[in-house]
Amino acid sequence: MPGFYADKQAAAPVRPEVLEAMLPFFSQEFGNPQSLHSVGQKAARALSKAREQLARLINCRPEEIVFVASGSEANNLALKGLALANQARGQRVIVSAIEHISVLRATRFLEKLGFRITQVPVDGSGLVSPEKVAEALTPDTVLVSVMMANNEVGTIEPVTEIARLCQSRGIIFHSDAVAAVGNIPVDVSALGVDALSLAADQFGGPKGAGALFLKKGTKITPLIDGGLQENNRRAGTENVPAIVGLGQAAELAAREMAEKSARLSRLRDRLIAGVLGSLDEVILTGHPVNRLPHHASFCVKFVEGEAMLLGLDLKDIQVASGSACTSRSLRTSHVLTAMGIDPAVAQGSLVLTLFDGTSDDQLDYFLENFPPVVRRLRELSPLYTKYRQEKKDVHG
Amino acid sequence: MYTDKVMEHFMHPRNVGTIADADGVGEVGNPVCGDMMTFYIKVKDGRLEDVKFQTFGCGAAIAVSSLVSEMAKGMTLEEALKITNQQVAEELGGLPPHKMHCSNLGADALHKAIENYLSQQSGQQAEKAEKSGPAADKDEPFHCPFCDFILPENAQLCARCQVKLIRCEHCGEYNREGEETCRHCGAGLV
Repeated sequence: MPGFYADKQAAAPVRPEVLEAMLPFFSQEFGNPQSLHSVGQKAARALSKAREQLARLINCRPEEIVFVASGSEANNLALKGLALANQARGQRVIVSAIEHISVLRATRFLEKLGFRITQVPVDGSGLVSPEKVAEALTPDTVLVSVMMANNEVGTIEPVTEIARLCQSRGIIFHSDAVAAVGNIPVDVSALGVDALSLAADQFGGPKGAGALFLKKGTKITPLIDGGLQENNRRAGTENVPAIVGLGQAAELAAREMAEKSARLSRLRDRLIAGVLGSLDEVILTGHPVNRLPHHASFCVKFVEGEAMLLGLDLKDIQVASGSACTSRSLRTSHVLTAMGIDPAVAQGSLVLTLFDGTSDDQLDYFLENFPPVVRRLRELSPLYTKYRQEKKDVHG
Repeated sequence: MYTDKVMEHFMHPRNVGTIADADGVGEVGNPVCGDMMTFYIKVKDGRLEDVKFQTFGCGAAIAVSSLVSEMAKGMTLEEALKITNQQVAEELGGLPPHKMHCSNLGADALHKAIENYLSQQSGQQAEKAEKSGPAADKDEPFHCPFCDFILPENAQLCARCQVKLIRCEHCGEYNREGEETCRHCGAGLV
């Protein structure tokens, strides 16, 4: 059985070249980059190299990078740190309604401190319109945060336009690019963003390493106080092996992106066409064209996402879902809700993210095994029985 | 996450389907919450001669309905009405705490089907069935929809699983604070 792993966003294998680069830094080159002696300085040099590798991938200066432990930490540092350091300009923060939960929860924290939060709505394909952002701007707006690409529905947002808008009004602009960096070209200089979040595990690197790009001269309040690591913006001994891995993965991503993205988007298009062609009452969620090359997401009507996920796993197929039952919070995905998808339909959410290892054979295997899993669950579903009955009544 | 028994019932659910000439039908849940179950019963000489169900929901919801149908088949109505949520969860070797509300639905749906049958029998308006589940019976205590803990009158927080609770004004059942519609009757929550 070939199996089909399509949950790259949750976790993907570390690239062999990345692992190889990381390994010496666990026990041979074990130094602390803050130590002035030669052992420490070896680690410091490795850190500098990783910073340069990442800077080349996103086109910034190495000193504009703050290494952190995850995409969520980068988002927390951006939202809280930028809002707190610049609140003299105003206490309004504007975000889109479909931001990652780490951004939305950070705005809740800010709300408790007296900040006012505006959530900008999205359209049915998950697009944030720059016009809607413009309408939301107020004289007291200090920070705007709109993601580069959405993790649940794959839609790529018009970040350049929104960044330009903010720049013209002197408002700080942050973008959560965790789902994007390493998968699609992200050039922070061309985009004109002030801050941007990314995570290594989204492009072949290890878990536990992320970064916040922070444009030179942008004031930020650190969330972790302590030593002077990361230019006094993030205290704590650096996770050298993970950061080395991040750097190596960034170098590989920069080199291979065009070829990889072409390969994955071809597989993605086959996947989308195959799913929509094999079952009725399935909708593609997110934008049909402006989407991440490795991302396909659907809502399968009359069935629930967790049951699909379990049924598929028994066939050695691993996917994700945004259904209420799948989340431990038992809440329907805020992304699908914001896109105006009927809550009952949103329960059938399915998210597939492809990675380097995905092959055409595996995709064939998925397309062969997916429809029977759905059909079995639909036979169990009272909603499907009602749907068929209604259809029969209409057509006689 | 799930026990082998839950997975076994999920993979091979018993008594799936509908009964065209059912003596009683009970439906609980709401697709908006992610779980909905419909039970159909045939009654002969005071016993459940046949039980069938359909479920829209997660793995636990499917396993719970399958198990309830298996337990209830052949029971007298009185016996079937005594099946408790706790019993169902125990039979399955336990359910994750955040899935406990699924097990409530299985017994509730069966009880609702029986009440539907009884109300037709007595020719009365389905006053009791209308109220649904344990809420209908004042002698029955209210349970936390998440962990099944018995709640005191007007609880705002479950002492066991610490979930904040809000009561449905329509049916009296407890729901998680912040939810928009009642898991039991589908009414809007204030």
